[in-house]
Amino acid sequence: MTTSTQPILQTRDLSISFGSVDALVSVDFNLRAGEIHALLGENGAGKSTLIKLVTGVYAKDSGQILLDGKEINPRNPREAQLLGISPVYQEINLIPTLSVAENIYLGSQPMRFGLVNTAAMNKQAEALLNRYNIDIDVNRTLSSYSVAIQQLVAIARGVDMSAKVLILDEPTASLDRHEVETLFNVMRQLKADGVGIILITHFLDQVYEISDRITVLRNGFKVGEYNTDELPRVKLISEMLGHELTQTLGKQATSETAKPKNQEAYIRVDGLGRKGYLEPIDLTVNEGEIVGLAGLLGSGRTETALLIFGIEGHDQGTIYVDGQAVHLRSPSQAIQEGFALCPEDRKTEGIVGELTVRENVILALQAKRGWFDFIPIKRQQELADEMIEALHIATPDAEKPAGQLSGGNQQKLILARWLASEPKFLILDEPTRGIDVGAHAEIINIIKRLSNDGMSLLVISSELAEVVDYSDRVIVLRDHKKVAELKGDEVTENRIMQVIAEEPNV
Amino acid sequence: MKSRIFPLIATIVVFILLYMIGWQRFPAFGTTRVVLNILTDKSFLGVAAVGMTFVILSGGIDLSVGSIIAFTSIFCALLIKDVGVHPLGAFAIALALGAAFGGAMGAIIHYLKIPPFIVTLAGMFLARGCAFLLSEASVPIEHPFYSDISGMYYVFEDKGRLTFVATLFVIVLLVGLIIAHFTRFGRNVYALGGDKNSALLLGVPIARTTIGVYMLSSVLATLAGIIYSLYTRSGYPLATVGLELDAITAVVIGGTLLTGGVGYMAGTLVGVLILGVIQTYINFDGGLNSWWTKIVIGALLFVFIALQKVLSSGRPVFKLPSLKR
Ligand SMILES: Nc1ncnc2c1ncn2[C@@H]1O[C@H](COP(=O)(O)OP(=O)(O)OP(=O)(O)O)[C@@H](O)[C@H]1O
Ligand SMILES: [Mg+2]
Repeated sequence: MTTSTQPILQTRDLSISFGSVDALVSVDFNLRAGEIHALLGENGAGKSTLIKLVTGVYAKDSGQILLDGKEINPRNPREAQLLGISPVYQEINLIPTLSVAENIYLGSQPMRFGLVNTAAMNKQAEALLNRYNIDIDVNRTLSSYSVAIQQLVAIARGVDMSAKVLILDEPTASLDRHEVETLFNVMRQLKADGVGIILITHFLDQVYEISDRITVLRNGFKVGEYNTDELPRVKLISEMLGHELTQTLGKQATSETAKPKNQEAYIRVDGLGRKGYLEPIDLTVNEGEIVGLAGLLGSGRTETALLIFGIEGHDQGTIYVDGQAVHLRSPSQAIQEGFALCPEDRKTEGIVGELTVRENVILALQAKRGWFDFIPIKRQQELADEMIEALHIATPDAEKPAGQLSGGNQQKLILARWLASEPKFLILDEPTRGIDVGAHAEIINIIKRLSNDGMSLLVISSELAEVVDYSDRVIVLRDHKKVAELKGDEVTENRIMQVIAEEPNV
Repeated sequence: MKSRIFPLIATIVVFILLYMIGWQRFPAFGTTRVVLNILTDKSFLGVAAVGMTFVILSGGIDLSVGSIIAFTSIFCALLIKDVGVHPLGAFAIALALGAAFGGAMGAIIHYLKIPPFIVTLAGMFLARGCAFLLSEASVPIEHPFYSDISGMYYVFEDKGRLTFVATLFVIVLLVGLIIAHFTRFGRNVYALGGDKNSALLLGVPIARTTIGVYMLSSVLATLAGIIYSLYTRSGYPLATVGLELDAITAVVIGGTLLTGGVGYMAGTLVGVLILGVIQTYINFDGGLNSWWTKIVIGALLFVFIALQKVLSSGRPVFKLPSLKR
């Protein structure tokens, strides 16, 4: 590879703290022109903070930021953009009420006679999205599209504007393999054009697939800077965690047999569907069983979850709990039945940023008990501390506003909230998205432990290795329809891939 | 159908319906007179409402416009009468003052992070107080320029009169429409109202846009004050008390969401026309107490806000995009 060694973006001794938290301490970061540089570290290591300093969202406490060898001090993202630094932040930051095209070209709209040329803008947007194999009506409001589409739109915008430096903070979190591949092709093209790219991700496979060099952060400190092909994976993980990874992915045969199997299904979903939304689906989840939901993005996995949980109404089918038909018309009824749903979009559907970690943890439990049956503060604190401990949520204490946690820790917090509500049936939509390697293994262990304790789980995930690891059965969806149910020996990555890839036999 | 445009369509339907009801009872609704009269009568309200539309689209509110109109009317009256400035000179000074006032409010809102409600409430008292400081009584304006202006109108065959001030309102509305929908500033206003935090991260110049919005609103309120003085040929410190609320009403009835980010400038025109039609109907009737205007407008406003609530709390319809592979 002919990566130039000329640095394009550098930081020198960069530091910032938030109150008592030192988010970055004296960090030297070097990005070269024409390289893809992975910025790695645990949740809360300071990756997003580094990006926000470089793009002027936060003001640094001390240190320097250099672009092409010259010191820069962007005071807001706009100034950074004008300098040629184009960021795609971790949470999708677009305007839900504007159209897709307007979101892409906000601030750089094509003009004619001094006015915005909407027709040309829409055309450009369509052409741009076509590069990512997306064919949508760009004139519709952004909020009418799924999270994955929104993320691709954000990426398309960032790539389109990147002049010197492109920063991608967990861009692939809600993308499937195909989209990741498309994105990587675009990145390779930009790299050939001499753009420096910073990639933040928790998918180590992707790091090894695409990156040239790696910088690892831990607790706000820079641990090291490496060439990707000289850093073995085990070494990388221990650099990130500061110790060896003890619990690795892999079958934990120990408890498998303890599960009560082959009994009357605890949850039985019978022909549940809605016209134009989801084809009628049948599924069962036994007590203490983990059922995986696999399929491509847009295959109807999240839709299934929303229908079962009563967020979306169904027009046919029935749900049985323990053999009893129940009529769930709203999430609150579902919660009363002991259901819980941990959603995929933590920004809009999950965390209440202004509330503290403790308040976020008890939210679902309190809602379930009703607002008059107030949980004593002492009990709230205990619960919150328990969860912080169990999920390793990085926060100085339970009274920190949840909005100030790092992205991955917010994800853990949502999980904590639903666990605290002690559900009998838990639906998890992409529970490990944006979660670091250490915590990833942790969450998978928790999922297994919950099922051992008798909880029934329905888990949606795009990471097949993970699905195969914990699922007793796997249901595969395609085009809003259940196409297969795999059990026993059939539950392998290859088999799932095969089913997903089969051409619909019309 | 795009759900964004639904409130606008609802507004237009309501307007047509109200107009039809009026027409059925009073054949005069069939002439240009009624509409042109409304345009003249509501010209200063309409101009202020155009500014208010920008403010609400940006996610803010401006309570100072009624007071600014009163202040402008008395300020111009005194400049012309006591100082002897030509009306055009007086207008220019007033507009500059208005721009500075609005810019200052915008700057306080942005840099000191004080809610617009509070800042413009203070602005409202300040402007009203200054108006009284200048004069406690109404000041008539007698200047040849004023007579010339009121002599400028176009008469239609059925005696409808398109006055200078009505024309001015329509022009302001058109310019407002172009700014809102077809300039970067306008689109930035929508972005700001849609999601302020994201707008910042997307590189929208928040400071410039916020200050610009309040400056525009105050300048248009000042222009409305000038129109008021042309229309009534006087300055009056107690003029247009509460007009800001009528302006907000027109904007909301016109389909702009109070939460910001969604709306159409054309809706504001329809909103102003609806207010005018209701008032005209009740005036024509003669038997009805004029307070009925308020009651009907109140009911209508309530219906429209309920409609908005339904539309905005409605979950996004997950239209599944076709992914080409
Ligand atoms: N605005 C803020 N106020 C207070 N603390 C903050 C703020 N932003 C970040 N922090 C803290 O700084 C630390 C680093 O956070 P950062 O978001 O950079 O982590 P990260 O490496 O991006 O993690 P993740 O992988 O979870 O996204 C965390 O402890 C976080 O709680
Ligand atoms: Mg982060």
